[in-house]
Amino acid sequence: MLAFQILIDGFAISALYALGATGFTLIFGVSGVLNLSHGAIMVLAAVAAWAAASVLHVDTYTGALIGVAVALVAAFATYFAVVQPIQKSTRIPNEEKEIFVLTGTLLWGIMIQELIAYFFTNNAKTVLPIIEGVIDILGVRTPRNEIFTAVVCCLVIALLWLMVNRTRTGKAVLAASMNPRGVTLLGLELGSIYVVVWAIYGILAGIAGVLLGMFLGVSSYSVGPLTASAFSIVVLGGLGSVSGSLIAAFVVGYLETLTAYLISPAYRTIPALLLLVAVMYVRPQGLLGRR
Amino acid sequence: MGDFFKSRLFFVSLAVVIIASTLPLYVSGYVLGLLTVAYYFGVFAMSWDLLFGFAGEVNFGPTFLIGVGAYTAGILNNQYGWSVYLCIVLGALAAVVAGFVLALPALRVRGPYFGLTTLVAVLMLQNFIVVFADLTGGEIGLTIPDVISIDAGVNYWIALGFMTISAIILYGLSQSPIGLVLQASGQDPIQAGALGFNIVKHKLAAFVVSAFFSGLSGALLVFYFGTASVGTVVDIAVGVQVIVAAVLGGRRTVLGAALGAIFLIVAGEFLRPTGELATFIVSTVALLVILFFPNGFLGAALSHGARS
Repeated sequence: MLAFQILIDGFAISALYALGATGFTLIFGVSGVLNLSHGAIMVLAAVAAWAAASVLHVDTYTGALIGVAVALVAAFATYFAVVQPIQKSTRIPNEEKEIFVLTGTLLWGIMIQELIAYFFTNNAKTVLPIIEGVIDILGVRTPRNEIFTAVVCCLVIALLWLMVNRTRTGKAVLAASMNPRGVTLLGLELGSIYVVVWAIYGILAGIAGVLLGMFLGVSSYSVGPLTASAFSIVVLGGLGSVSGSLIAAFVVGYLETLTAYLISPAYRTIPALLLLVAVMYVRPQGLLGRR
Repeated sequence: MGDFFKSRLFFVSLAVVIIASTLPLYVSGYVLGLLTVAYYFGVFAMSWDLLFGFAGEVNFGPTFLIGVGAYTAGILNNQYGWSVYLCIVLGALAAVVAGFVLALPALRVRGPYFGLTTLVAVLMLQNFIVVFADLTGGEIGLTIPDVISIDAGVNYWIALGFMTISAIILYGLSQSPIGLVLQASGQDPIQAGALGFNIVKHKLAAFVVSAFFSGLSGALLVFYFGTASVGTVVDIAVGVQVIVAAVLGGRRTVLGAALGAIFLIVAGEFLRPTGELATFIVSTVALLVILFFPNGFLGAALSHGARS
Protein backbone atom coordinates (compact mmCIF):
# COMPACT_ATOMS: atom_id res chain seq x y z
CA MET A 1 0.00 0.00 0.00
CA LEU A 2 2.61 2.50 1.12
CA ALA A 3 4.96 1.17 -1.53
CA PHE A 4 2.40 1.87 -4.27
CA GLN A 5 1.71 5.27 -2.80
CA ILE A 6 5.41 6.15 -2.92
CA LEU A 7 5.68 4.69 -6.42
CA ILE A 8 2.80 6.79 -7.76
CA ASP A 9 3.48 10.06 -5.95
CA GLY A 10 7.19 9.76 -6.65
CA PHE A 11 6.52 9.24 -10.34
CA ALA A 12 4.35 12.34 -10.66
CA ILE A 13 6.86 14.51 -8.78
CA SER A 14 9.78 13.11 -10.74
CA ALA A 15 8.05 13.64 -14.09
CA LEU A 16 7.36 17.23 -13.15
CA TYR A 17 10.97 17.76 -12.04
CA ALA A 18 12.13 16.20 -15.30
CA LEU A 19 10.01 18.54 -17.41
CA GLY A 20 11.12 21.56 -15.39
CA ALA A 21 14.78 20.65 -15.72
CA THR A 22 14.73 19.69 -19.40
CA GLY A 23 14.33 23.21 -20.72
CA PHE A 24 16.97 24.47 -18.31
CA THR A 25 19.51 21.88 -19.43
CA LEU A 26 18.64 22.40 -23.13
CA ILE A 27 19.53 26.09 -22.91
CA PHE A 28 22.78 25.30 -21.20
CA GLY A 29 23.66 22.55 -23.64
CA VAL A 30 23.05 24.69 -26.71
CA SER A 31 24.08 28.19 -25.70
CA GLY A 32 26.02 27.72 -22.47
CA VAL A 33 23.60 29.88 -20.50
CA LEU A 34 22.58 28.97 -16.97
CA ASN A 35 19.27 30.77 -16.64
CA LEU A 36 18.79 31.54 -12.95
CA SER A 37 15.42 33.19 -13.61
CA HIS A 38 14.06 29.70 -14.35
CA GLY A 39 12.03 29.39 -11.15
CA ALA A 40 10.58 32.86 -11.65
CA ILE A 41 9.39 32.01 -15.17
CA MET A 42 7.75 28.80 -13.94
CA VAL A 43 5.96 30.63 -11.14
CA LEU A 44 4.96 33.39 -13.55
CA ALA A 45 3.30 30.82 -15.83
CA ALA A 46 1.36 29.32 -12.93
CA VAL A 47 0.30 32.70 -11.58
CA ALA A 48 -0.79 33.82 -15.07
CA ALA A 49 -2.92 30.69 -15.44
CA TRP A 50 -4.37 31.28 -11.99
CA ALA A 51 -5.09 34.95 -12.69
CA ALA A 52 -6.67 34.17 -16.06
CA ALA A 53 -9.03 31.71 -14.39
CA SER A 54 -9.91 33.74 -11.31
CA VAL A 55 -9.82 37.30 -12.66
CA LEU A 56 -10.78 36.93 -16.34
CA HIS A 57 -12.99 33.87 -15.63
CA VAL A 58 -11.81 31.86 -18.62
CA ASP A 59 -12.06 28.07 -18.55
CA THR A 60 -9.16 25.99 -17.28
CA TYR A 61 -7.84 25.03 -20.73
CA THR A 62 -7.63 28.65 -21.89
CA GLY A 63 -6.12 29.55 -18.53
CA ALA A 64 -3.40 26.95 -18.94
CA LEU A 65 -2.71 28.16 -22.49
CA ILE A 66 -2.42 31.75 -21.30
CA GLY A 67 0.04 30.59 -18.64
CA VAL A 68 2.23 28.86 -21.23
CA ALA A 69 2.02 31.88 -23.55
CA VAL A 70 3.12 34.23 -20.76
CA ALA A 71 6.08 31.95 -20.01
CA LEU A 72 7.03 32.03 -23.70
CA VAL A 73 6.99 35.83 -23.70
CA ALA A 74 9.00 35.88 -20.46
CA ALA A 75 11.58 33.51 -21.94
CA PHE A 76 12.01 35.76 -24.99
CA ALA A 77 12.25 38.79 -22.73
CA THR A 78 14.96 37.04 -20.71
CA TYR A 79 16.90 36.28 -23.85
CA PHE A 80 16.57 39.62 -25.63
CA ALA A 81 16.70 41.96 -22.64
CA VAL A 82 19.25 40.24 -20.41
CA VAL A 83 21.20 37.38 -21.96
CA GLN A 84 21.84 38.71 -25.46
CA PRO A 85 23.02 42.20 -24.38
CA ILE A 86 25.52 40.58 -22.01
CA GLN A 87 26.76 38.14 -24.64
CA LYS A 88 27.16 40.89 -27.21
CA SER A 89 28.68 43.43 -24.84
CA THR A 90 32.19 44.50 -25.74
CA ARG A 91 32.87 45.88 -22.30
CA ILE A 92 32.59 42.54 -20.53
CA PRO A 93 35.60 40.25 -21.04
CA ASN A 94 34.63 36.92 -22.58
CA GLU A 95 35.81 34.79 -19.68
CA GLU A 96 33.56 36.74 -17.32
CA LYS A 97 30.38 36.58 -19.40
CA GLU A 98 29.27 33.45 -17.61
CA ILE A 99 29.14 35.14 -14.22
CA PHE A 100 27.43 38.19 -15.72
CA VAL A 101 24.75 36.01 -17.27
CA LEU A 102 24.32 34.28 -13.90
CA THR A 103 24.04 37.55 -11.99
CA GLY A 104 21.89 39.17 -14.67
CA THR A 105 19.35 36.35 -14.89
CA LEU A 106 19.33 36.09 -11.11
CA LEU A 107 18.39 39.78 -10.81
CA TRP A 108 15.86 39.38 -13.60
CA GLY A 109 14.30 36.48 -11.69
CA ILE A 110 14.10 38.59 -8.53
CA MET A 111 12.41 41.37 -10.52
CA ILE A 112 9.76 38.96 -11.84
CA GLN A 113 9.29 37.50 -8.36
CA GLU A 114 8.82 40.92 -6.77
CA LEU A 115 6.35 42.00 -9.45
CA ILE A 116 4.31 38.86 -8.85
CA ALA A 117 4.39 39.52 -5.11
CA TYR A 118 3.36 43.13 -5.69
CA PHE A 119 0.42 42.47 -7.98
CA PHE A 120 -0.77 39.11 -6.72
CA THR A 121 0.58 39.03 -3.09
CA ASN A 122 2.80 36.36 -1.60
CA ASN A 123 -0.07 33.96 -0.94
CA ALA A 124 0.13 30.48 -2.35
CA LYS A 125 -2.02 30.00 -5.44
CA THR A 126 -3.42 26.76 -6.74
CA VAL A 127 -4.45 26.65 -10.37
CA LEU A 128 -7.77 24.84 -10.90
CA PRO A 129 -6.89 21.42 -12.31
CA ILE A 130 -8.02 20.61 -15.83
CA ILE A 131 -9.20 17.19 -14.73
CA GLU A 132 -10.79 16.84 -11.32
CA GLY A 133 -11.72 13.91 -9.17
CA VAL A 134 -9.99 10.98 -7.54
CA ILE A 135 -9.29 7.52 -8.88
CA ASP A 136 -8.37 4.30 -7.13
CA ILE A 137 -5.15 2.67 -8.35
CA LEU A 138 -4.27 -0.61 -6.61
CA GLY A 139 -5.86 0.62 -3.41
CA VAL A 140 -4.22 4.04 -3.50
CA ARG A 141 -6.57 6.99 -3.80
CA THR A 142 -4.89 9.18 -6.41
CA PRO A 143 -6.16 12.51 -7.72
CA ARG A 144 -6.80 12.26 -11.46
CA ASN A 145 -4.89 15.51 -11.74
CA GLU A 146 -1.74 13.77 -10.51
CA ILE A 147 -2.01 11.19 -13.28
CA PHE A 148 -2.74 13.93 -15.78
CA THR A 149 0.42 15.76 -14.66
CA ALA A 150 2.57 12.67 -15.06
CA VAL A 151 1.07 11.84 -18.47
CA VAL A 152 1.46 15.37 -19.85
CA CYS A 153 5.06 15.58 -18.61
CA CYS A 154 5.98 12.30 -20.27
CA LEU A 155 4.15 13.26 -23.50
CA VAL A 156 5.88 16.64 -23.74
CA ILE A 157 9.29 15.11 -23.11
CA ALA A 158 8.59 12.47 -25.77
CA LEU A 159 7.51 15.17 -28.22
CA LEU A 160 10.69 17.09 -27.50
CA TRP A 161 12.73 13.97 -28.12
CA LEU A 162 10.95 13.44 -31.45
CA MET A 163 11.49 17.04 -32.41
CA VAL A 164 15.18 17.06 -31.59
CA ASN A 165 15.90 13.77 -33.30
CA ARG A 166 13.47 13.74 -36.22
CA THR A 167 12.93 17.28 -37.50
CA ARG A 168 15.30 19.56 -39.35
CA THR A 169 15.08 22.36 -36.80
CA GLY A 170 15.62 19.90 -33.97
CA LYS A 171 18.69 18.44 -35.63
CA ALA A 172 20.10 21.93 -36.07
CA VAL A 173 19.60 22.53 -32.34
CA LEU A 174 21.33 19.25 -31.54
CA ALA A 175 24.20 20.12 -33.86
CA ALA A 176 24.58 23.53 -32.25
CA SER A 177 24.96 21.89 -28.85
CA MET A 178 27.71 19.66 -30.20
CA ASN A 179 29.70 22.15 -32.25
CA PRO A 180 28.48 25.74 -32.69
CA ARG A 181 31.24 26.66 -35.11
CA GLY A 182 30.53 23.66 -37.30
CA VAL A 183 26.88 24.69 -37.52
CA THR A 184 27.82 28.20 -38.66
CA LEU A 185 30.16 26.76 -41.27
CA LEU A 186 27.26 24.74 -42.66
CA GLY A 187 25.43 28.01 -43.28
CA LEU A 188 22.95 27.86 -40.41
CA GLU A 189 22.29 31.04 -38.48
CA LEU A 190 23.35 30.41 -34.88
CA GLY A 191 21.26 33.37 -33.71
CA SER A 192 18.03 31.90 -35.02
CA ILE A 193 18.84 28.52 -33.46
CA TYR A 194 19.16 30.28 -30.10
CA VAL A 195 15.77 31.92 -30.63
CA VAL A 196 14.24 28.50 -31.35
CA VAL A 197 15.85 27.05 -28.22
CA TRP A 198 14.55 29.87 -26.06
CA ALA A 199 11.09 29.36 -27.54
CA ILE A 200 11.22 25.64 -26.70
CA TYR A 201 12.49 26.57 -23.25
CA GLY A 202 9.65 29.02 -22.69
CA ILE A 203 7.01 26.45 -23.64
CA LEU A 204 8.59 23.73 -21.49
CA ALA A 205 8.96 26.02 -18.47
CA GLY A 206 5.40 27.28 -19.01
CA ILE A 207 3.88 23.81 -19.10
CA ALA A 208 5.94 22.73 -16.09
CA GLY A 209 4.91 25.86 -14.21
CA VAL A 210 1.19 25.51 -14.93
CA LEU A 211 1.25 21.80 -14.00
CA LEU A 212 3.11 22.62 -10.81
CA GLY A 213 0.48 25.23 -10.02
CA MET A 214 -2.26 22.63 -10.44
CA PHE A 215 -0.44 19.86 -8.61
CA LEU A 216 1.24 21.54 -5.63
CA GLY A 217 0.40 25.25 -5.92
CA VAL A 218 2.96 28.03 -6.15
CA SER A 219 3.77 31.30 -4.45
CA SER A 220 6.43 33.89 -5.11
CA TYR A 221 8.47 32.18 -2.38
CA SER A 222 8.83 29.05 -4.53
CA VAL A 223 11.02 30.91 -7.06
CA GLY A 224 14.34 30.29 -5.29
CA PRO A 225 13.78 26.63 -4.39
CA LEU A 226 12.52 25.89 -7.94
CA THR A 227 15.63 27.35 -9.53
CA ALA A 228 17.84 25.57 -7.02
CA SER A 229 16.18 22.20 -7.62
CA ALA A 230 16.40 22.55 -11.41
CA PHE A 231 20.05 23.55 -11.04
CA SER A 232 20.88 20.58 -8.81
CA ILE A 233 19.01 18.09 -10.99
CA VAL A 234 20.82 19.35 -14.05
CA VAL A 235 24.24 19.24 -12.39
CA LEU A 236 23.53 15.80 -10.95
CA GLY A 237 22.65 14.54 -14.41
CA GLY A 238 25.54 16.30 -16.09
CA LEU A 239 25.28 19.84 -17.42
CA GLY A 240 23.83 19.92 -20.91
CA SER A 241 22.90 16.25 -21.01
CA VAL A 242 19.11 15.95 -21.41
CA SER A 243 18.97 12.21 -20.73
CA GLY A 244 21.21 12.69 -17.70
CA SER A 245 18.86 15.24 -16.23
CA LEU A 246 15.86 12.96 -16.85
CA ILE A 247 17.54 10.20 -14.84
CA ALA A 248 18.60 12.70 -12.18
CA ALA A 249 15.04 14.06 -11.94
CA PHE A 250 13.71 10.59 -11.14
CA VAL A 251 16.51 9.88 -8.66
CA VAL A 252 15.86 13.16 -6.83
CA GLY A 253 12.05 12.85 -7.07
CA TYR A 254 11.95 9.34 -5.62
CA LEU A 255 14.60 10.07 -3.01
CA GLU A 256 12.55 13.04 -1.77
CA THR A 257 9.29 11.10 -1.78
CA LEU A 258 10.87 8.15 0.05
CA THR A 259 12.33 10.43 2.69
CA ALA A 260 9.08 12.32 3.12
CA TYR A 261 7.02 9.13 3.56
CA LEU A 262 9.45 6.93 5.47
CA ILE A 263 11.39 9.36 7.65
CA SER A 264 9.80 12.79 7.93
CA PRO A 265 8.69 15.50 5.53
CA ALA A 266 11.03 17.88 7.40
CA TYR A 267 14.08 15.97 6.11
CA ARG A 268 12.69 15.80 2.56
CA THR A 269 15.50 17.53 0.67
CA ILE A 270 18.49 16.43 2.77
CA PRO A 271 19.31 13.00 1.20
CA ALA A 272 19.13 14.50 -2.29
CA LEU A 273 21.57 17.24 -1.28
CA LEU A 274 23.94 14.70 0.28
CA LEU A 275 23.78 12.61 -2.87
CA LEU A 276 24.55 15.69 -4.92
CA VAL A 277 27.62 16.48 -2.82
CA ALA A 278 28.78 12.86 -3.07
CA VAL A 279 28.36 12.84 -6.86
CA MET A 280 30.17 16.16 -7.18
CA TYR A 281 33.04 14.73 -5.20
CA VAL A 282 33.38 11.43 -7.05
CA ARG A 283 32.20 12.45 -10.50
CA PRO A 284 32.18 16.25 -10.86
CA GLN A 285 30.82 16.14 -14.41
CA GLY A 286 27.58 14.53 -13.21
CA LEU A 287 26.03 11.17 -14.07
CA LEU A 288 26.08 11.45 -17.87
CA GLY A 289 28.07 14.64 -18.36
CA ARG A 290 31.04 14.94 -20.63
CA ARG A 291 33.86 17.36 -20.08
CA MET B 1 51.79 49.32 -2.65
CA GLY B 2 54.00 52.42 -2.54
CA ASP B 3 52.07 54.03 -5.35
CA PHE B 4 48.85 53.46 -3.56
CA PHE B 5 49.67 55.92 -0.79
CA LYS B 6 50.17 58.64 -3.38
CA SER B 7 47.12 57.71 -5.45
CA ARG B 8 43.88 59.62 -5.46
CA LEU B 9 41.99 56.53 -4.34
CA PHE B 10 43.96 56.51 -1.09
CA PHE B 11 43.18 60.12 -0.25
CA VAL B 12 39.54 59.75 -1.19
CA SER B 13 39.22 56.62 0.99
CA LEU B 14 41.04 58.32 3.87
CA ALA B 15 38.74 61.33 3.64
CA VAL B 16 35.65 59.13 3.48
CA VAL B 17 36.70 57.15 6.56
CA ILE B 18 37.48 60.32 8.51
CA ILE B 19 34.15 61.89 7.61
CA ALA B 20 32.35 58.63 8.36
CA SER B 21 33.96 58.37 11.79
CA THR B 22 32.58 61.76 12.81
CA LEU B 23 29.01 60.84 11.86
CA PRO B 24 27.87 59.79 15.38
CA LEU B 25 28.39 63.41 16.48
CA TYR B 26 25.56 64.76 14.39
CA VAL B 27 23.30 62.10 12.90
CA SER B 28 20.51 60.15 14.60
CA GLY B 29 20.78 56.66 16.04
CA TYR B 30 18.55 55.41 13.27
CA VAL B 31 21.03 56.36 10.54
CA LEU B 32 23.89 54.95 12.60
CA GLY B 33 22.09 51.63 13.01
CA LEU B 34 21.51 51.43 9.28
CA LEU B 35 25.14 52.18 8.46
CA THR B 36 26.38 49.71 11.09
CA VAL B 37 24.58 46.89 9.29
CA ALA B 38 25.77 48.26 5.94
CA TYR B 39 29.42 48.19 7.09
CA TYR B 40 29.21 44.56 8.16
CA PHE B 41 27.63 43.81 4.81
CA GLY B 42 30.49 45.66 3.18
CA VAL B 43 32.92 43.16 4.72
CA PHE B 44 30.82 40.26 3.39
CA ALA B 45 30.97 41.75 -0.09
CA MET B 46 34.70 42.48 0.08
CA SER B 47 35.53 38.93 1.16
CA TRP B 48 33.40 37.64 -1.67
CA ASP B 49 35.17 39.86 -4.15
CA LEU B 50 38.57 38.51 -3.08
CA LEU B 51 37.37 35.06 -4.07
CA PHE B 52 35.53 36.01 -7.25
CA GLY B 53 37.37 39.03 -8.58
CA PHE B 54 40.82 37.62 -7.97
CA ALA B 55 40.62 33.85 -7.72
CA GLY B 56 37.89 33.80 -10.39
CA GLU B 57 35.72 31.44 -8.37
CA VAL B 58 32.00 32.17 -8.14
CA ASN B 59 31.03 31.45 -4.59
CA PHE B 60 27.24 31.18 -4.51
CA GLY B 61 27.36 30.43 -0.84
CA PRO B 62 28.90 33.40 0.94
CA THR B 63 26.20 32.90 3.53
CA PHE B 64 27.54 29.43 4.34
CA LEU B 65 30.70 31.01 5.73
CA ILE B 66 28.81 33.95 7.24
CA GLY B 67 26.20 31.65 8.77
CA VAL B 68 28.72 29.25 10.30
CA GLY B 69 30.55 32.16 11.93
CA ALA B 70 27.37 33.80 13.12
CA TYR B 71 25.70 30.68 14.47
CA THR B 72 28.84 29.28 16.12
CA ALA B 73 29.34 32.52 18.00
CA GLY B 74 25.65 32.76 18.83
CA ILE B 75 25.25 29.18 20.05
CA LEU B 76 28.38 29.32 22.22
CA ASN B 77 27.11 32.49 23.83
CA ASN B 78 23.58 31.18 24.20
CA GLN B 79 24.51 27.72 25.55
CA TYR B 80 27.62 28.35 27.59
CA GLY B 81 27.47 32.07 28.22
CA TRP B 82 31.10 32.55 27.20
CA SER B 83 32.28 36.11 26.78
CA VAL B 84 31.30 37.96 23.63
CA TYR B 85 34.83 38.39 22.31
CA LEU B 86 35.77 34.75 22.83
CA CYS B 87 32.61 33.73 20.98
CA ILE B 88 33.37 36.07 18.09
CA VAL B 89 36.91 34.72 17.72
CA LEU B 90 35.68 31.13 17.89
CA GLY B 91 32.97 31.95 15.34
CA ALA B 92 35.56 33.29 12.92
CA LEU B 93 37.72 30.19 13.46
CA ALA B 94 34.73 27.93 12.86
CA ALA B 95 34.11 29.76 9.58
CA VAL B 96 37.74 29.18 8.59
CA VAL B 97 37.40 25.47 9.30
CA ALA B 98 34.09 25.38 7.39
CA GLY B 99 35.70 27.24 4.50
CA PHE B 100 38.55 24.76 4.46
CA VAL B 101 36.19 21.77 4.47
CA LEU B 102 34.09 23.33 1.71
CA ALA B 103 37.06 24.41 -0.38
CA LEU B 104 38.78 21.04 -0.49
CA PRO B 105 36.11 19.25 -2.54
CA ALA B 106 34.83 22.42 -4.19
CA LEU B 107 38.16 23.46 -5.67
CA ARG B 108 38.40 20.16 -7.53
CA VAL B 109 35.67 21.47 -9.81
CA ARG B 110 35.36 24.71 -11.73
CA GLY B 111 32.84 27.23 -12.96
CA PRO B 112 29.18 26.33 -12.51
CA TYR B 113 30.05 23.16 -10.61
CA PHE B 114 31.96 25.12 -8.02
CA GLY B 115 29.03 27.53 -7.79
CA LEU B 116 26.62 24.69 -7.21
CA THR B 117 28.76 23.02 -4.54
CA THR B 118 28.82 26.25 -2.58
CA LEU B 119 25.07 26.71 -3.12
CA VAL B 120 24.40 23.21 -1.80
CA ALA B 121 26.49 24.02 1.26
CA VAL B 122 24.09 26.86 2.08
CA LEU B 123 21.03 24.65 1.60
CA MET B 124 22.56 22.01 3.89
CA LEU B 125 23.35 24.57 6.57
CA GLN B 126 19.79 25.86 6.32
CA ASN B 127 18.38 22.34 6.72
CA PHE B 128 20.76 21.66 9.57
CA ILE B 129 19.60 24.76 11.42
CA VAL B 130 15.94 23.83 11.01
CA VAL B 131 16.47 20.18 11.98
CA PHE B 132 18.52 20.91 15.09
CA ALA B 133 16.08 23.54 16.26
CA ASP B 134 16.77 22.84 19.97
CA LEU B 135 20.29 24.11 19.57
CA THR B 136 19.89 26.70 16.86
CA GLY B 137 16.45 28.14 17.50
CA GLY B 138 15.26 26.75 14.16
CA GLU B 139 13.22 28.98 11.92
CA ILE B 140 12.35 31.40 14.69
CA GLY B 141 15.97 32.34 15.30
CA LEU B 142 18.46 32.17 18.09
CA THR B 143 18.31 34.67 20.91
CA ILE B 144 21.69 35.90 22.03
CA PRO B 145 21.88 37.10 25.63
CA ASP B 146 24.92 39.36 25.30
CA VAL B 147 25.54 42.29 22.99
CA ILE B 148 28.78 44.15 22.27
CA SER B 149 27.37 47.48 23.35
CA ILE B 150 23.99 49.13 23.66
CA ASP B 151 25.29 52.50 22.52
CA ALA B 152 24.55 53.17 18.84
CA GLY B 153 27.69 55.31 18.47
CA VAL B 154 30.01 52.62 19.89
CA ASN B 155 28.46 49.95 17.70
CA TYR B 156 28.88 52.21 14.73
CA TRP B 157 32.54 52.89 15.47
CA ILE B 158 33.25 49.18 15.96
CA ALA B 159 31.62 48.41 12.61
CA LEU B 160 33.43 51.23 10.84
CA GLY B 161 36.78 50.29 12.38
CA PHE B 162 36.26 46.65 11.54
CA MET B 163 35.34 47.46 7.95
CA THR B 164 38.31 49.78 7.54
CA ILE B 165 40.81 47.25 8.92
CA SER B 166 39.29 44.46 6.79
CA ALA B 167 39.41 46.71 3.74
CA ILE B 168 43.10 47.52 4.33
CA ILE B 169 44.02 43.85 4.77
CA LEU B 170 41.89 42.57 1.87
CA TYR B 171 42.93 45.37 -0.48
CA GLY B 172 46.57 44.99 0.51
CA LEU B 173 46.35 41.26 -0.09
CA SER B 174 44.73 41.77 -3.48
CA GLN B 175 47.51 44.14 -4.58
CA SER B 176 50.29 41.94 -3.21
CA PRO B 177 52.13 39.28 -5.23
CA ILE B 178 49.67 36.73 -3.81
CA GLY B 179 46.81 38.75 -5.31
CA LEU B 180 48.56 38.79 -8.67
CA VAL B 181 49.05 35.03 -8.62
CA LEU B 182 45.38 34.63 -7.70
CA GLN B 183 44.35 36.86 -10.56
CA ALA B 184 46.55 34.92 -12.96
CA SER B 185 45.18 31.57 -11.81
CA GLY B 186 41.64 32.91 -12.15
CA GLN B 187 42.19 34.02 -15.73
CA ASP B 188 44.36 31.22 -17.06
CA PRO B 189 44.90 28.42 -14.56
CA ILE B 190 46.97 26.28 -16.92
CA GLN B 191 49.45 28.99 -17.74
CA ALA B 192 49.69 30.12 -14.12
CA GLY B 193 50.37 26.54 -13.12
CA ALA B 194 52.96 26.19 -15.88
CA LEU B 195 54.78 29.23 -14.48
CA GLY B 196 55.30 27.23 -11.32
CA PHE B 197 52.66 28.66 -9.01
CA ASN B 198 50.70 26.31 -6.83
CA ILE B 199 47.20 27.36 -7.86
CA VAL B 200 45.31 25.15 -5.44
CA LYS B 201 47.32 26.42 -2.49
CA HIS B 202 46.73 30.04 -3.46
CA LYS B 203 43.03 29.52 -4.02
CA LEU B 204 42.73 27.65 -0.76
CA ALA B 205 44.43 30.55 0.99
CA ALA B 206 42.02 33.00 -0.66
CA PHE B 207 39.10 30.85 0.45
CA VAL B 208 40.37 30.72 4.02
CA VAL B 209 40.95 34.48 4.17
CA SER B 210 37.51 35.08 2.69
CA ALA B 211 36.01 32.67 5.22
CA PHE B 212 37.80 34.33 8.13
CA PHE B 213 36.46 37.80 7.35
CA SER B 214 32.98 36.56 6.45
CA GLY B 215 32.74 34.57 9.68
CA LEU B 216 34.13 37.38 11.81
CA SER B 217 31.72 39.85 10.28
CA GLY B 218 28.82 37.43 10.66
CA ALA B 219 29.66 36.90 14.34
CA LEU B 220 29.90 40.64 14.96
CA LEU B 221 26.61 41.17 13.17
CA VAL B 222 24.67 38.73 15.37
CA PHE B 223 26.07 40.34 18.50
CA TYR B 224 24.88 43.65 17.14
CA PHE B 225 21.40 42.33 16.31
CA GLY B 226 21.18 40.25 19.49
CA THR B 227 19.68 37.46 17.42
CA ALA B 228 20.71 35.06 14.68
CA SER B 229 18.17 33.80 12.18
CA VAL B 230 18.19 32.04 8.85
CA GLY B 231 16.61 35.09 7.21
CA THR B 232 19.39 37.48 8.26
CA VAL B 233 22.63 35.49 7.91
CA VAL B 234 22.03 32.23 6.02
CA ASP B 235 19.24 32.59 3.47
CA ILE B 236 20.20 32.47 -0.20
CA ALA B 237 18.59 35.88 -0.63
CA VAL B 238 21.25 37.33 1.69
CA GLY B 239 23.95 35.66 -0.37
CA VAL B 240 22.45 37.11 -3.53
CA GLN B 241 22.57 40.55 -1.96
CA VAL B 242 26.26 40.09 -1.16
CA ILE B 243 27.02 39.02 -4.73
CA VAL B 244 24.99 41.87 -6.22
CA ALA B 245 26.75 44.34 -3.92
CA ALA B 246 30.18 43.18 -5.07
CA VAL B 247 29.33 43.20 -8.78
CA LEU B 248 27.51 46.51 -8.47
CA GLY B 249 30.40 48.23 -6.70
CA GLY B 250 32.86 46.92 -9.21
CA ARG B 251 34.39 43.50 -9.18
CA ARG B 252 38.11 43.11 -8.68
CA THR B 253 38.30 46.39 -6.76
CA VAL B 254 37.61 45.08 -3.20
CA LEU B 255 36.82 48.62 -2.02
CA GLY B 256 34.02 48.92 -4.55
CA ALA B 257 32.32 45.90 -2.99
CA ALA B 258 31.95 47.79 0.29
CA LEU B 259 30.59 50.76 -1.63
CA GLY B 260 28.04 48.53 -3.37
CA ALA B 261 26.94 46.99 -0.08
CA ILE B 262 26.43 50.36 1.57
CA PHE B 263 24.49 51.53 -1.49
CA LEU B 264 22.24 48.45 -1.46
CA ILE B 265 21.39 48.72 2.24
CA VAL B 266 20.85 52.48 2.20
CA ALA B 267 18.87 52.39 -1.07
CA GLY B 268 16.71 49.60 0.33
CA GLU B 269 15.94 51.78 3.34
CA PHE B 270 15.22 54.90 1.29
CA LEU B 271 12.80 52.93 -0.86
CA ARG B 272 10.98 51.53 2.13
CA PRO B 273 7.99 53.89 1.54
CA THR B 274 7.45 52.17 -1.82
CA GLY B 275 6.72 49.01 0.16
CA GLU B 276 7.05 45.77 -1.70
CA LEU B 277 8.46 47.47 -4.78
CA ALA B 278 11.72 48.33 -2.97
CA THR B 279 13.47 45.07 -3.86
CA PHE B 280 12.17 45.34 -7.40
CA ILE B 281 13.65 48.80 -7.86
CA VAL B 282 17.00 47.85 -6.33
CA SER B 283 17.27 44.75 -8.55
CA THR B 284 16.32 46.77 -11.62
CA VAL B 285 19.00 49.35 -10.90
CA ALA B 286 21.52 46.58 -10.27
CA LEU B 287 20.61 44.86 -13.55
CA LEU B 288 20.93 48.12 -15.48
CA VAL B 289 24.34 48.79 -13.92
CA ILE B 290 25.48 45.30 -14.86
CA LEU B 291 24.24 45.71 -18.43
CA PHE B 292 25.53 49.23 -19.07
CA PHE B 293 28.41 49.71 -16.60
CA PRO B 294 29.77 46.20 -16.19
CA ASN B 295 32.72 47.50 -14.21
CA GLY B 296 30.49 48.79 -11.45
CA PHE B 297 30.58 52.11 -9.58
CA LEU B 298 34.22 52.11 -8.60
CA GLY B 299 35.36 50.50 -11.85
CA ALA B 300 33.60 53.24 -13.85
CA ALA B 301 35.00 55.98 -11.60
CA LEU B 302 38.55 54.61 -11.79
CA SER B 303 38.59 54.16 -15.56
CA HIS B 304 37.16 57.66 -15.94
CA GLY B 305 39.89 59.02 -13.67
CA ALA B 306 42.55 57.20 -15.68
CA ARG B 307 41.30 58.64 -18.94
CA SER B 308 41.04 62.28 -17.88
